[in-house]
Amino acid sequence: MPAITHHIPDPMIAAYASGSLPHAFSMVVASHLSYCRDCQAALGAHQAAGGALLEEAECVALEPALKSKVLAELDAPAVPDPVYDAKGIYPGAVMQSLKGRPPRWKTLGMGVKQDILFEDKHGSARLLFIPAGQAVPDHSHNGLELTLVLQGSFSDETGRFGVGDVEIGDEDLEHTPVADAGDPCICLAATDAPLRFKALMPRLLQPLFRI
Amino acid sequence: MSKDKTYSQLTVWLLAVRDHRDRAAFGEMFDHLAPRLKGFIIRCGARPALAEEIVQDVMLTIWRKAAMFDPHKAQASAWIYQIARNRHIDIVRKENRPVPDELGEDPGTEPDASQILALEQEALHLKQAIQQLHPDQKEMIEKAYIGDLTHQEISTQTGLPLGTVKSRIRLGLGRLRKELKGLR
Ligand SMILES: [Zn+2]
Ligand SMILES: [Zn+2]
Repeated sequence: MPAITHHIPDPMIAAYASGSLPHAFSMVVASHLSYCRDCQAALGAHQAAGGALLEEAECVALEPALKSKVLAELDAPAVPDPVYDAKGIYPGAVMQSLKGRPPRWKTLGMGVKQDILFEDKHGSARLLFIPAGQAVPDHSHNGLELTLVLQGSFSDETGRFGVGDVEIGDEDLEHTPVADAGDPCICLAATDAPLRFKALMPRLLQPLFRI
Repeated sequence: MSKDKTYSQLTVWLLAVRDHRDRAAFGEMFDHLAPRLKGFIIRCGARPALAEEIVQDVMLTIWRKAAMFDPHKAQASAWIYQIARNRHIDIVRKENRPVPDELGEDPGTEPDASQILALEQEALHLKQAIQQLHPDQKEMIEKAYIGDLTHQEISTQTGLPLGTVKSRIRLGLGRLRKELKGLR
């Protein structure tokens, strides 16, 4: 297991447990937890708090037929949800989104590639492939950006991020992540708003690449 | 020590369902749990008719996934809470929730019964801590766990009243409990 130094903030783990995180962020949280015993423990604590609240919930009378309906269905054949296991560098949560296939990389120039895994009105999640030594253009953020390293590492103004580490970017962070020497850096990145690039060129390209 | 005396009733039922597909135990668990689940799901914002549908789905999911319940890892109520939230979201948003991969046992720790008891005890203490909160404080805590936080609240909030928990579940729970106590 990699030594992880950058974790998911605790309120976000509580939000993940309760289901109030947008899907794209939940993918990053679930993926980080697939590396991180500490954050899984924190999730366990929040689930326990949720469980205690559930046990303390006020009883509301059920429709009289509900119990017999449930009991009658116990033997009915159930179609289990497809389960996607971790494969290679990709945790199960990413494999689920890839539906078991390998990433379909689309080139962004300078050797940088992406595969958009998920997009809705609350945000998007993508895989990013950054060759060693390559920078992601200098940008700031309109909202929240979570970047989880799956392979290699990158460094920016705030530090170094290796496999399992997650960087949290918000309006206050303006950074130029650069992939470190070694293997190409592959990240899972989720945002809830388009990124703002400083240089004119990337801004013009933005609508094309939906960054 | 007999299981029945040291394990919570919910755990006993769930283990009977897991290990023996015990319908009588499931029926008793249904009577205890389903009305609370309905109340909880309504608190989560569902209309009564949808709440019934989700209760039905959650109870069937408990029956079908009981094999995955491991009292060394999670309390029965915690396990059921996560199922209830996941099924609620899957049904409403029609998307499958991403879940973490299993990490297996901590190297160097053998799963044993004392682990289960510690978890059971912490859950009991947590329940007591919640019972002793003022109603408005309980509501605040509830808000965080019933999925009632807006997106904006999550991205701007830097600390729920629960603060940071970074350690093994046991320790984490102790800490949660202390912080709940500190609220009073
Ligand atoms: Zn972590
Ligand atoms: Zn960024």
